[in-house]
Amino acid sequence: MEIKVCGPGCPNCEKAQKTVEAAIAAKGVQVTVTKVTDFQDMAKLGIFSTPAVVIDGKVKCAGRAPKQSEVEAWIS
Amino acid sequence: MNPLQASCGCACSAGPKLIFSCSGAADVGELADQAARTLTRDGHGKMFCLAGIGGRVSGILKSTEAAASILAIDGCALDCAEKSLEEAGITRFNHLRLTNLGFEKGKANVNTDSIAQVVEKAKLFLS
Repeated sequence: MEIKVCGPGCPNCEKAQKTVEAAIAAKGVQVTVTKVTDFQDMAKLGIFSTPAVVIDGKVKCAGRAPKQSEVEAWIS
Repeated sequence: MNPLQASCGCACSAGPKLIFSCSGAADVGELADQAARTLTRDGHGKMFCLAGIGGRVSGILKSTEAAASILAIDGCALDCAEKSLEEAGITRFNHLRLTNLGFEKGKANVNTDSIAQVVEKAKLFLS
């Protein structure tokens, strides 16, 4: 499984990153996490609001930091 | 708001104003398309891909859900843009139909004047 956390690095994006990492730790799953900070790379995924979380190519949320429970459900 | 968020220039603080055009084959569809592109170039919003809504492209859908406001521009009463958004579960948007502005399908001229007329009307929904 591959997770991309998209955002330029503001506090909201950092929060999304930490939430994803916490969910991975809680579920104990093997996941590759990549941080995407380039807007052109985000645009290729159709993302124009950040932060956004992409799991295996599918955008799960955009324009907000997800809740940990949401991320846990996505990676289960 | 956190001052870092307010000054970082990222896309977190507020979602974009998105514009969807039916971009249909008829002259009024072309007019809707040209108006949406003009609005984007002039900084009144961002034209977004209606085909991505129809194709249920996840990034397009999630970014649309996060938009600050949405304007759908349809050329005619078939309202394809409106229906496409609604079929995707997006119901919170403004709607502009060009035949309601006096443009007649099959007889509409697509030129700078008609585009400007649509743009002026659309701006009222984007302010």
